[in-house]
Amino acid sequence: MTTTAELMDYAEVVERYDPVLGLEVHVELSTNTKMFCGCPNSFGGDPNTHVCPVCLGLPGALPVVNGTAVESAIRIGLALNCDIAEWCRFARKNYFYPDMPKNFQTSQYDEPIAFDGYIDVVLDDGEVVRVDIERAHMEEDTGKSLHVGGATGRIHGAEHSLLDYNRAGVPLIEIVTKPITGMGERAPEVARAYVTALRDLLRAMDVSDVRMDQGSLRCDANVSLMPKGASEFGTRTETKNVNSLRSVERAVRHEMTRHAAILADGGSIKQETRHFQEADGTTAAGRTKETAEDYRYFPEPDLVPIAPTREWVEQLRATIPEMPWERRKRIQDDWNLTDEELRDLVNTGAIDLVAATVDAGATQADARSWWVQYLNQQATSRETELADLAITPAQVARVIELVGSGELTNKLARQVVDGVLDGEGDPDQVIEKRGLKVVSDDSALLAAVDEALAAQPDVADKIRGGKVQAAGAIVGAVMKATKGQADAARVRELILERVGA
Amino acid sequence: MSNISRDEVAHLAKLARMAVTEEELDTFAGQLDQILDAVAKVGEVAGDDIPPTSHAVPLTNVFRPDEVRPGLSQDEALSGAPAAEEGRFRVPRILGEEQ
Ligand SMILES: [Zn+2]
Repeated sequence: MTTTAELMDYAEVVERYDPVLGLEVHVELSTNTKMFCGCPNSFGGDPNTHVCPVCLGLPGALPVVNGTAVESAIRIGLALNCDIAEWCRFARKNYFYPDMPKNFQTSQYDEPIAFDGYIDVVLDDGEVVRVDIERAHMEEDTGKSLHVGGATGRIHGAEHSLLDYNRAGVPLIEIVTKPITGMGERAPEVARAYVTALRDLLRAMDVSDVRMDQGSLRCDANVSLMPKGASEFGTRTETKNVNSLRSVERAVRHEMTRHAAILADGGSIKQETRHFQEADGTTAAGRTKETAEDYRYFPEPDLVPIAPTREWVEQLRATIPEMPWERRKRIQDDWNLTDEELRDLVNTGAIDLVAATVDAGATQADARSWWVQYLNQQATSRETELADLAITPAQVARVIELVGSGELTNKLARQVVDGVLDGEGDPDQVIEKRGLKVVSDDSALLAAVDEALAAQPDVADKIRGGKVQAAGAIVGAVMKATKGQADAARVRELILERVGA
Repeated sequence: MSNISRDEVAHLAKLARMAVTEEELDTFAGQLDQILDAVAKVGEVAGDDIPPTSHAVPLTNVFRPDEVRPGLSQDEALSGAPAAEEGRFRVPRILGEEQ
C-alpha cells in the first residue's frame, strides 16, 4: 500500500501556512538497573536474559522504584528550568500490545515530576529560540519485537512476532514541549536544534547514552499547519521512527509539505501516527491515534507517591553542570577562537575531546589541530564518530608531548596515532613495537650526513659557497636514508656544521 | 439512575479485549451503575479537607538502590510461555495496529 503523497513546494508552504510543532523526546536513562526492578539496564545481550518476574509482568510481582532514576528525572527537570512536583504519582496506562507484558505501561499521567520549563536553543546562525517545556515525566520502555514472515521483518504481512523483554522496564524520561509556534520556514531547523540541544545537555549531565541510532534518544514530531494569520491550530500528525538529528529536520519538513498539499486541495488531515522512512525522507501512515481516555489511566496502586523534599531538590540542583552552550561560549573566550573555529570544533564533536586533551597537558592549539584535522579524517575514513575512535585524550596529549620534545616528527606522530587506533597499545608501546623514535643520536646522523654529502659533492660545494638553501637536497637525502625518523632541523644543523658554512 | 450506557460498556469491553454478549451489555450496564453509585457516596461524606486517597498506606519516597539483582535465565523466563522461538516469546501476528 504505497501511494506517493502530493507535496507542496516548501517556499509556498511557508508563504501560506504557519507550522506548529510539538516535540516528544524519550530518553533512556543509563542507570545500572531498570525502573522498577533490579535487572541490568544494558543495550543488547541474549534475548530475555535481563528479565525477572517484575519486568515480565508475572502475577504477584511487585515493582520498587529505582531511586537513581528519580534523581536523574529531577536533575533533567531542573536543567530544563522546570518546577519539580512537591508530590506526584505513577499511573497505569492500559493498552494491549505484545511489547508490554503487563498489558499496561507504568507512566505518569496528570502529575509529572517536572513541568513548566524551557530551554534556549541556539540555531546555526547564532539566533536563540526559547522552546517552552510542558513536562518531563518518568515511565518505562517496552520490549522489542521481531516480525517473522512477510517482507523483511516488517509488521505488515508478518506471520508471527518474537518478543525480547530485555528492554522492557528500562527507565525512560519523556520530555514534551509546549506548542512551538511562529517559527515559519525555520520550523524544521528549530526542531533539529532543539533535539540537538537536549542531546548535548543530557550527555553533559551523564544521565543517558543519548544514542539516536541505538534508540536511547528518540523523537516523535507532532506537526500541524494553520493558514497564515489563523489562531486555531490545525489537525496534527505524529511522526515516529525518527532516528537521527538530520531525520528530525527532514521529517518535519516533509510533513509540512504533505499537509499543505492536502489542505490547499480542500482536504483534511487525519490525526494519526506516521512512520518516518529514512530511505526517501517521507512518512507512511501508521495506526490512528487512541485518545487519552482509551488508555484508562489510574494511579498505580503498587507504587507509593513521590514527594521530593525541597532540600533534596536543592542538593540535586547543585549537581547540574554548566550548560553545553554556555560552556561553548566560555571556551570560545578562553581559547580565543573565531566563530568558525568554534563551529569546526562543535560540528566535529571535538570540543570535549580537545578540552580533555588540554587537561592532559597539551596546548589547546595542538589539541585542536589533532582532533579537528587528522583524527577527524581518521573518524571519517573509519566510518565512526570522533568520540568513538580508539584513542583517548591522554594518548593524544602524550603524542603531542613527544612531538614537542622532538622525539617524534609530525609524520612519525601520525604513524604512532595510527598504531593506537589499530589497537597496538599506548603511544609509547607503538613507538617501541614499530621502532618509530626520531634518530637523535648525532653519530648515526653524522654518518648519514657524510654519506649524503659524499654522494652529492656538487651540492656540498654550493653550500660551502654560501648557498645555504641548497642544504635542502642533503636534508632530503638524509631523511630518506633514515626513513623519516630524523629531526630535520637537527640534520640541517649538522650539514652546515660539516661543510663549515 | 443510569450513568453508564450500553455503548460505553461495549467500548470498555473492546478496550479490555473482552467478548461480551448483547445480553451481558444490559446486565453489566446495570451492575456498573450500582458500583458507581456506591462509590459516589464516598464523595458525599468527604469534605474539601480530605484529599482523595489512592494508597492505603501513608508512605512516600520508597526507593531501591540502583544495584543489579539476579533475575531469571532465558529458559526460566520462557518456561511458562505457550510458544517460544530463538530465545524469544512467540506471539500471533499483530493485526490492525500498525502497518
Ligand atoms: Zn526485571
